[in-house]
Amino acid sequence: MSNEPVEAQQKPLEVQQKKELLAKGEKTVPARYYVPSTDIFETDDALVLVMEVPGVDRKNVEVRLENDELRIEARIDFANYDGMEPLYTEYNVGHFARTFTLPQVIDQSNIGALLNDGVLTLTLKKVQKAQPRKIEIK
Amino acid sequence: MAVVLTDPFDALFHFQQALDQLRQSDWLDASPSGQGAFPPLNVFRKGDDVVIITEVPGIRKSDLRIEAKGNTIRIAGTKSVANEGKASVHRVERRGGSFDRAINLPIQINADGIKAECRDGILALFVPRAEHDKPRAITIS
Repeated sequence: MSNEPVEAQQKPLEVQQKKELLAKGEKTVPARYYVPSTDIFETDDALVLVMEVPGVDRKNVEVRLENDELRIEARIDFANYDGMEPLYTEYNVGHFARTFTLPQVIDQSNIGALLNDGVLTLTLKKVQKAQPRKIEIK
Repeated sequence: MAVVLTDPFDALFHFQQALDQLRQSDWLDASPSGQGAFPPLNVFRKGDDVVIITEVPGIRKSDLRIEAKGNTIRIAGTKSVANEGKASVHRVERRGGSFDRAINLPIQINADGIKAECRDGILALFVPRAEHDKPRAITIS
């Protein structure tokens, strides 16, 4: 073993336990929902949400925006498991749901979504007026 | 107990319960990287064969390496969480890194017949049971 700093991408990956969604809101069915792991970062003109939703097809993603609440629901197609008998399990499967309260700076009519390899990327453009400006004191 | 999807409202709930019940199984105990390594695996039986399913969101097919020898299956690769060009970070929950996991299946497998599928961040390995390992029906004379 050398003492040189290891590249961040080369570090051994550990299992992240899936987090169950506890505040189910209006759900009436007993099935569990999970909270997708999410990275959120801000660029000059947008807020970007990157969330992991493995097993979700593009047509089963629902992104809803009401007032300032962005609600993402991603449903897995568990019919794929039909006829399969579990022998050994290390994780559970379920739909994903998560809600974020958006800052006022988001242009709510300009939200882009992309799903690739089980990763959902939402690009929330900032409104023009949120650009930094100087305020003059009279 | 096979998963039978009759009532769509209860089906997922029962499936989740079935998965929970097998959490403490010692099925893979003899493996070099048994329980707790990345990626987490679920193993199912489908007919005579075994299906290994794992969640690999954000990992490209080209970054996955799957090998099989004897009864051992090795799943290795790298997960990169690229987020270049960002001005500021609000929340970091995804993790990147490399992984290498080998499991010994407690059945004889046909290593040449393994099929791998990777779609929507789910990797599925269809592992056929070796022909000579399949149970024979014994006729009572």
